[in-house]
Amino acid sequence: MPETTKSPALHTVAPIALSRRITDHVMTGVAVLTVILVLLPLFAIFAYLVYRGVGSLNWAFLTQTPKPVGEAGGGMANAIVGSGFILALASLLGVPVGVGAGVYLAEYGQNRFGDVIRFTADVLNGVPSIVIGIVAYSIVVLSQRHFSALAGGVALAIMMIPTITRTTEEMLLLVPQALREAAYGLGIPRWRTTLSITLRTATSGVITGIMLAFARVAGETAPLLFTAFGNQFWNLKVNQPTAALPLQIFSYAISPYDEWHRQAWAGALVLIVLIVTAVAAVRFAVRRGTFGAA
Amino acid sequence: MFLRGTTGEAGDRVFKTAMLLCGSAVLAMLVLIVYELVLRSGPSWHAFGFKFFSGHDWDPVNEQFGAMPFVYGTLVSSLLALLIAVPLSIGVAVFTTEMCPKALRGPLSFFVELLAAIPSVVYGLWAIFVLVPILSNYVEPFLARTLGWTGFFVGPPYGISMLAAGIILAIMIVPIISSITREVLMVVPQHQREAALALGATRWEMIRIGVLRNARAGIMGGIILGLGRALGETMAVTMVIGNRPEIAKSLFAPGYTMASVLANEFSEATGDVYLSALIEIGLALFLVTIVVNALARLLVWTVTSGQPSRANA
Repeated sequence: MPETTKSPALHTVAPIALSRRITDHVMTGVAVLTVILVLLPLFAIFAYLVYRGVGSLNWAFLTQTPKPVGEAGGGMANAIVGSGFILALASLLGVPVGVGAGVYLAEYGQNRFGDVIRFTADVLNGVPSIVIGIVAYSIVVLSQRHFSALAGGVALAIMMIPTITRTTEEMLLLVPQALREAAYGLGIPRWRTTLSITLRTATSGVITGIMLAFARVAGETAPLLFTAFGNQFWNLKVNQPTAALPLQIFSYAISPYDEWHRQAWAGALVLIVLIVTAVAAVRFAVRRGTFGAA
Repeated sequence: MFLRGTTGEAGDRVFKTAMLLCGSAVLAMLVLIVYELVLRSGPSWHAFGFKFFSGHDWDPVNEQFGAMPFVYGTLVSSLLALLIAVPLSIGVAVFTTEMCPKALRGPLSFFVELLAAIPSVVYGLWAIFVLVPILSNYVEPFLARTLGWTGFFVGPPYGISMLAAGIILAIMIVPIISSITREVLMVVPQHQREAALALGATRWEMIRIGVLRNARAGIMGGIILGLGRALGETMAVTMVIGNRPEIAKSLFAPGYTMASVLANEFSEATGDVYLSALIEIGLALFLVTIVVNALARLLVWTVTSGQPSRANA
């Protein structure tokens, strides 16, 4: 906003008291300061990730399993693949349920029960991830009698579902009612309309929601601590403990070895890059689609 | 489609039932969480009752469990985080909605929201190797010199401390509070601003009288939502708080939170009572965050009139 008080046209009006003008400027300064203070850690984190991560990243890191303490080299290949495996399991369980629940809310949920589900989804979104880990532990791990990739997948699926549900609902509600009516007018049954017209139209938005949920759980560590548990070796069995990138970063970060710290930074860089590329790739792929890539 | 050929009515019924099942699954998950937590915390509840939360001893060897130090650590670290994050978040939200040029608005919100996309474990990693050394070398000695007399800033400045946990939590909850605040500020009617300006208010006076005052309830909702996130945050805190079940007045001293003790001890807990005591901590954490989140949702919903908030997305 320009300095209106200096404009000659306004001099007929009593000038604004100096103290008020000073307060105005000071508060603007304070607001700018808060922005700087908030963005500073953001840039510091990314700068450090690149600075420490790139130096530690090499071919061995991406292709080998961890070496025992004291031996240099080794990598996190099994953890990268393990993370992908657990996330695939989580998506397999979480995406259909989440999208289905979103469809229910948008198409049939304009009632009390729908409101209950909406509220439940929002509340579930705020449940601490470590608590979800406990529940996955007591449902899956205790009945299987050991830690497993499946338990990790279940924990992450529980975290994905509420987000997917709410975004799917939002995206479906954006589809114009006239489109549905046109389909009904042609004699197309309601379920078919929902699948082939409504959901089809909102595809890019729904996928964006799924990617948001995916990105959110991809970096989760707490719910995997006592479900997937981690593993020093390769594993692609659903019922065996599995390494995951965030778990590996955690245990290396709190270890006393420089070599492992180095690898933790490299792992963190890989994790961020994987999350960002996954999200960007899907966004790019659906962009050519219909409307509303929110 | 797999149902092609069936009549529309039968298809509709099957489809609606399937979708209803998915919707009910969301509700079932919440019920399941409550059921599992209550069931499995039973042994600890029977052994200690309400004394569980007032007891100070955490002694797995003799099976004596008191959760007081963890409750204390969770509360203090979260409140400290709010103390730092609230002014910052409101400042950022006010700047983006009321002060900065339109062209800057998008990028600025994008950057702030980028903070929310960083995984907790990466925050922890950064905190261990960057934040903690800065604290122990510069910030803590400075605070001890200037504010040591208050008693909150005394003791050896190791860096690993309640203070470090509070600061890293603050950085993590700023995007939540500021995005909700921004949303709420945007729905304040334009004529409120114009009215204040027409009365001769300066820009800041306009923001204070016309904007912030009208948005109070919503901002409060955003703050409570941030609190909910801070209470349950696990990894970053576990990595910097020191993990010692003690209650100390000084913020330089290490502490322990409810979420951290779960992260550290759950997979190694031996014995039914030990495991059950940990699950009871989980149950308490769950109940507190449920109440806090429900409260926040209601506050935000009343302001943005039913528009679902995307803060946690």
